Amino acid sequence: MSMATATHDADHDHGPAKGLKRWITTTNHKDIGTLYLVFALTMFFIGGAMAMVIRAELFQPGMQLVDPQFFNSMITVHALVMIFGAVMPAFTGLANWLIPMMIGAPDMALPRMNNLSFWILPFAFTLLLSTFFMEGGGPAGGWTLYPPLSLQMGEGFPFMIFAIHLAGISSIMGSINVIVTILNMRAPGMTLMKMPLFVWTWLITAYLLIATMPVLAGAVTMLLTDKFAGTSFFNAAGGGDPVMYQHIFWFFGHPEVYILILPAFGIISAIVPTFARKPLFGYSSMVYATTSIAFLSFIVWAHHMFTVGMPVVGELFFMYATMMIAVPTGVKVFNWVSTMWKGAMSFETPMLFAIGFIMMFTIGGFSGLMLAIAPADFQYHDTYFVVAHFHYVLVTGAIYSIMAATYYWLPKWTGKMYDERLGKIHFWVSTLSVNVLFFPQHFLGLAGMPRRIPDYSVQFADWNMVSSIGGFVFGASQLLFLWVVIKTVRGGKKATDRVWEGANGLEWTLSSPPPYHSFSEAPVIK
Amino acid sequence: MRVRGSVAGTGLSAVLALAAGSALADWSLLNMRDGVTSTSRAVHDLHMIILWVCVVIGIVVFGAMIYAMLRHRKSKGAVAAQFHESTAMEVIWTIIPIVILVSMAIPATKTLLAMEDTSKADMSIKITGIQWKWKYDYIDGEAAGISLISSLHPDHNAARLRGASGSVENLREQFGDTYLREVDNPLVIPTGQKVRFLLTGADVIHSWWVPDLGWKKDAIPGFVNESWTRVDKPGVYRGKCAELCGKDHGFMPIVVVAMAPDDYKAWVVRQKAHVAQAAAAADRVWSKEDLIARGQDVYRTNCAACHQPNGQGLPPAFPALAGSPISNGSDASQHVEAVMSGRPGTAMAAYKGLLNDVDLAAVITYERNAWGNSGGVVQPAEIKAAR
Amino acid sequence: MTHTANDYYVPHGSYWPIVAAIAMFITVIGAALWINGELNGRLVLFIGLGLVAFMMFGWFGTVIRENLKGVYNDQVDRSFRQGMMWFIFSEAMFFAAFFGALFYARVLSVPWLLGMDSGFSTHEVLWPGFSEAWPTNGPGDVGGEFRPMGPWGLPALNTLLLLSSGVTITLSHWALKAGDRGRSVLWLIVTALLGASFLGLQAYEYIHAYTELDLTLASGIYGSTFFMLTGFHGMHVTIGTVMLIVIALRTAKGHFTADNHFAFEGVAWYWHFVDVVWLGLFIFVYVL
Ligand code: HEA
Ligand code: HEA
Ligand code: HEC
Ligand code: CUA
Ligand SMILES: [Cu+2]
Repeated sequence: MSMATATHDADHDHGPAKGLKRWITTTNHKDIGTLYLVFALTMFFIGGAMAMVIRAELFQPGMQLVDPQFFNSMITVHALVMIFGAVMPAFTGLANWLIPMMIGAPDMALPRMNNLSFWILPFAFTLLLSTFFMEGGGPAGGWTLYPPLSLQMGEGFPFMIFAIHLAGISSIMGSINVIVTILNMRAPGMTLMKMPLFVWTWLITAYLLIATMPVLAGAVTMLLTDKFAGTSFFNAAGGGDPVMYQHIFWFFGHPEVYILILPAFGIISAIVPTFARKPLFGYSSMVYATTSIAFLSFIVWAHHMFTVGMPVVGELFFMYATMMIAVPTGVKVFNWVSTMWKGAMSFETPMLFAIGFIMMFTIGGFSGLMLAIAPADFQYHDTYFVVAHFHYVLVTGAIYSIMAATYYWLPKWTGKMYDERLGKIHFWVSTLSVNVLFFPQHFLGLAGMPRRIPDYSVQFADWNMVSSIGGFVFGASQLLFLWVVIKTVRGGKKATDRVWEGANGLEWTLSSPPPYHSFSEAPVIK
Repeated sequence: MRVRGSVAGTGLSAVLALAAGSALADWSLLNMRDGVTSTSRAVHDLHMIILWVCVVIGIVVFGAMIYAMLRHRKSKGAVAAQFHESTAMEVIWTIIPIVILVSMAIPATKTLLAMEDTSKADMSIKITGIQWKWKYDYIDGEAAGISLISSLHPDHNAARLRGASGSVENLREQFGDTYLREVDNPLVIPTGQKVRFLLTGADVIHSWWVPDLGWKKDAIPGFVNESWTRVDKPGVYRGKCAELCGKDHGFMPIVVVAMAPDDYKAWVVRQKAHVAQAAAAADRVWSKEDLIARGQDVYRTNCAACHQPNGQGLPPAFPALAGSPISNGSDASQHVEAVMSGRPGTAMAAYKGLLNDVDLAAVITYERNAWGNSGGVVQPAEIKAAR
Repeated sequence: MTHTANDYYVPHGSYWPIVAAIAMFITVIGAALWINGELNGRLVLFIGLGLVAFMMFGWFGTVIRENLKGVYNDQVDRSFRQGMMWFIFSEAMFFAAFFGALFYARVLSVPWLLGMDSGFSTHEVLWPGFSEAWPTNGPGDVGGEFRPMGPWGLPALNTLLLLSSGVTITLSHWALKAGDRGRSVLWLIVTALLGASFLGLQAYEYIHAYTELDLTLASGIYGSTFFMLTGFHGMHVTIGTVMLIVIALRTAKGHFTADNHFAFEGVAWYWHFVDVVWLGLFIFVYVL
C-alpha cells in the first residue's frame, strides 16, 4: 500500500484548486455545501420574485399586471423553484457541510458523485426556466401537474418533464451519499443513538427521498408518454384514470412535504439546547418520533384528494392516518418546550428563528390537522386556507429553519461573526411581516376565496391587500438577510471555535473556519 | 376606514387599522359560513370544534413556552437544570393527543358518512365542467330534458380584462359583492328536496363548489362523481370552480337559485317551452342573418375565451379562426367535424354533447362569415345529419 | 499529516462530474427537441448520448485505475456496496410506480368504468356500452382492436432464460471466489448470452405484438402498462447485459481477486434485481 499512501499524501497537500476550477471540479464536502447553499439562495430569490408578481397581481381585484395564463405559470414555477430549487438544495447544502463534521468523517462517502449531484441542478433549472421562452410559455398547471390540464402545455412540456427528471436524479444521488456517509463513515464510538438529531433526521429524509423521487419520475414519465406516445394511463377512454396520476403523485408528494420539514426538526433540535444551555429533552423519543412520522407519511397521501370522489372507506382511512401524524409531531414540539423549560436561555438570532419556527410551524400544523378532517376539507380544499397552511409550514417552517441554521453555523463556516443587530432586525421584520402576509389568508380561504386565481370578488379585496403588503415587506427583509450574509463573508469579528457558549457537538471542536479536510484523523467519541 | 388610507404604514399598522375597520370586522369574511343545508351546518360545527381544540392546545403549549422564555432566561440569572428525560411525561403527552384526536374523529366520521349517502334522492342533475363554463342537464323528474350552459356573465367578462376594471370602488359600485360571481344561466333547484348531482368533466378536472351547500366535489373527465344537497331556504347561492382548470379557472363561477317548489314548477314549465321551441327550430331552415346573429351570441359565451372575440385566437395555443382555411371554402364538413368532435388531447372540447343543433349550426355559420371569412351557411339539419 | 492504508480515500478534484452533468443536459435537450418534432433533435440527442458514453469510460476508468492502485480500503468498498444497494432500491421504486399504475387500473379504474363498486353512475351515464374486463383498451376502444399477449409462449421461455441466467452468474461468482478466473469468465459469457437472447426474444415478441396482435403502446391501458413495464425492464436488461460484458472483460484482465471484486458483485445484484422484476412482470402482466 505504499504507493497508495504516496499519492494520497500528495492529494491532501494540494488544498483547494484555484479559481473557477475549484468550484467545478471540487470533491470537498464544504465546497459542495457552499455551492448548494449559494444555489439555493439564488433560487429562493427567483422563486420569491415570482411570489412578488403573484402578490402584486392580487393586490387588488381586477386584472392589472399579467395575463391569467402567465399568472398560472407564475404560481406553478414559484412552487417548483421554491421546493426543488430552494428548500431541498439548501438542506442538502447543510447536510454536506455538517454531516461529516458532526459524525467525525473526513468527507462525504462518495465525493465525486457528490459533485455531480450538485452540478446537475443548475442545468435542470435552466431547462425549467427556459420554458418561459418557448411557444406556449412555462408550465401553468400547478406544481402538482395534474393531467389532463398539464398535458395542454405547449413546446416547453418535455423540457419541464426532463427538468424534473434531472432534479430527481440529483436528489437521489445526493441522498444515497448522505445515507452511505451516515451509515459507513461515523468515527469510532459514534453509535447511531449518539448522532446529533440533524444527522438522524437527514438519514430518514434521505430514505424518504430515495423511496419517493423515483415514483415522481415514473409519474411524470407517464405524463410524457400520455402526451406524446399515445398511452392511456390518465385517460378514462383508454381504461386509465386522471385520478390515478394524483395517487402516484401524492405517494411522492406527501413524503416530500416531510422531506421539507424533517431536516428542519433536526436543526431546531440542535439550536434550542445550545441557547437553553440544557441538553435536548427526550433524545430517543425524538428519534422514534422522526421514524414514526416517516412511516406514517407513506400512508396518508390521499388527504390531498378528499374531493376526488374516493370510496368512503378510503376517505376514512386516510383521515385517521393523517390525524395520527399529529402525535409524533406533538412529541417533538413538547420536547422542545421541555428543553427550554428551566434552561438558562439567551436569545441570539438563531434562537429567535428557532422559537419563531416552533410557534409558527405549530400554527401550520394545527391548520394541517383541520385539513385532515375530511368533511371539513370539503370546504377548505383548494382555498386560501390551504395556501395559509402550507406557507406556515414551509416559509415559517422550512425557510425559518434554514435561516436559523445559517445564523447558527455561519460563524463556524466563515470564521467570522455575523452582525447580531442586523440579524435581530431581520428576524423581527420578517416575523411581523410574514404573519401579515399569511395569517389573513386563513380568513380569505374560510370566507370562500379559491386558490390559484388571478382575480377575485371585491369582498376579498381588503385582506388581499394586507397580505400583499405583508408580502412586499417580507420580501424586502430578505434583502437584509442577503446583506448580513455577504457582510459576514467579506469580513467581521473573528469567531471563536465553539462560537456559542452552550454549543455541543463535534463540529464545534474544529477551528472556525474548519480546515479544508475536516477529520483526517478520526476523533474519539466518549 | 378603508384600506387605501393605511397603505403608507407598515404591514402591521395596516392590520391593526383594518381589524378595527368596518369591512374586516364582518364575521362572514373571517370564518367559514354555516350555509343553508344540514351538511353545511354539520361541517361548520365540526370546523368550530377543531378550531377551538387547536386554540386551546395552542394556548397551553405557547403559554408554557412563553412562561419559560420569560422566567428561565440567562439575563435573569437563571441556571440551567440538566434533566433531559421523563418517561412519564412523554407517555402522557403521547396519550392525551391520541384521546383528543379520537374524540375529533368520531363526529367527523358521522358527518362524512351522511355526506356520502346519495341514496333516496328526489331528483338528479348532471353537472359537466367545461373549460370554462358549466353545463347542467336535468336527467329525471319533471324537469327531465332541460339543459343549461352557465358561463361568466358578459358584463363581468368585460370587466375582468386586463386594465378594464378601474379601481376597486368601480367594481364595487358596478357589481357589489358579486364581481366574478354572476352567470348568464344559473342552476335552478327546488328547496326541500334531496337533489343528487352527477359530476363529470368534458376536458380537464374542475371542481364544483358552493360554500353555502357545504361541500365541493371534483368533476373528472371520464368518471362520474356523486353528491347531493337539500336546500332549506330559497335564495341565490354563489360559488366557484375550485380546481385549477387552465387560463380562465378564476372566471368560472357557479350560481344556484333555490326556489320554493311552486316557483320551481313554474320555472320548469317556462324552460320546457324553450326546449320545445329549440326542437322545432332545429327542423326548419334558417336564414343566414338569423344564424349569424344567434351564432355571435353562442360564440361570445362559448368560444371567445380561447379563439378571442376577434377570431384571432392566441396562437400558438389557440388557433385563429379568422382567415383560417378551415372556416373558408365551400366544404364545411371539416369545420363541422372540428367543432362537434373537438380535438382530443387539446383544449378544444367536443361540442356535440354541449350545444344543440341550432347553436352548433349558428356558431359555425357565424365563424364562416365573421371577420372577413367567406364560408357560407350550415343549417341545423346538416348538424343533425352529422350526429 | 500521516496517512495509513486505513485512510478513507477522498479523491481530489475531477472533471468527470461536470462532463456528466453537461452530457445529461445535452441528452435531454436533444430528446425534448426530438419529441417536439424539431429536425436536429435526434442529432443533439446522439451527441449527448455519445458524451454520456465517453464520460462513463473516463469516470469508471479512473475508478478502476484507482482501485488497481489499491487506494480503496475496506471502508471505501463498503461505501460502494451500500451505494449500489440504495441505487437498486431507487430503481425498485421506479418500477413500483408502473406496477402501481397497473394495479390501480386493474383493481380500480377499469372496474369503475364497468360500473362496479362506486362506478355505477360512471358506467350508466358515460360508458353504457362498455363491458370488457381486463385486458382492455378502455371504453373508448383507444388504439383499436387488439389481442393480448399470452404468457405461455415466448414470455415463459424468457422467464426460463432469465432464471437460468441468475444461476449462471452465481456459478461465475463461485468460480471467482474459488480463484478460477477462466470458469468465472465462461459463466459470465453464458449469462450475457442468456441476457442477449432474452432481448432478442423480446424484440421478436414486440414485433409479433405490433404486426399480428395489433397490440401497441397506444392500445389503451393494457397496451400502456404492458409496453411501459416490459419496455423499461428490457432497457434494464440491456444495461445489465452491457455491464456483464464489461465485467467479463475485466475478469479476464484479472481486475478481480477472490475477495476484492465489488464491481462484479454490484453487477450481479443488479442482474438479480432485473430478474426479480421480471418475475413480477411475468406474474402480473402476463399470467394473471
Ligand atoms: C413542510 C411541509 C408540510 C408539513 C410539515 C405539513 C404537515 C401537515 N399537513 Fe400539509 N401540506 C403541505 C405541506 C406540509 N404539510 C403542502 C405543500 C400542501 C399543499 C399541496 C398542494 O395542494 O399544493 C399541504 C396540504 C395538506 C392537506 C391537503 C389540503 C387540501 O388540499 O385540501 C392536508 C389534509 O389533510 C394536510 C395535512 C397536514 C397535516 C395533518 C400535517 C401534520 O404533519 C401537522 C402536525 C403538526 C401539528 C398538529 C402541530 C404540533 C402538534 C401538537 C402541538 C400536538 C397536539 C396537537 C393536537 C392533538 C391537535 N396538508
Ligand atoms: C418552500 C416553498 C415555498 C416558499 C418559500 C414560498 C414563499 C412564498 N409564497 Fe408560495 N407557494 C408554494 C411554496 C412556497 N412559497 C407552493 C407549493 C404553492 C402552491 C403552488 C400551486 O398552487 O401549484 C405556493 C403558492 C403561493 C401563492 C398562491 C398562489 C395561488 O394559489 O394563486 C401565493 C400567494 O400569495 C404565494 C406567495 C408566497 C410568498 C409571498 C412567499 C414569500 O415567502 C417569498 C419571499 C421571498 C422573496 C420575496 C424573495 C426575496 C426578495 C427579493 C426577490 C427582492 C425583491 C422584492 C421586493 C423588493 C419586495 N405562494
Ligand atoms: C378551451 C379553449 C377552447 C374553446 C372554449 C374553444 N376552442 Fe376551438 N380550439 C381550441 C384549440 C386549442 C384548438 C386547436 C386544436 C389543435 O391543436 O388541433 C381549437 C381548434 C378549433 C377549430 C379548428 C381550427 C383549425 O384551423 O384546425 C375550430 C373550427 C374551432 N376550434 C371552433 C371552436 C368553436 C366553434 C368553439 C365554441 C363552440 C370553440 N372552438 C371553443 C380551443 C378552444
Ligand atoms: Cu374549472 Cu377551475
Ligand atoms: Cu400531505
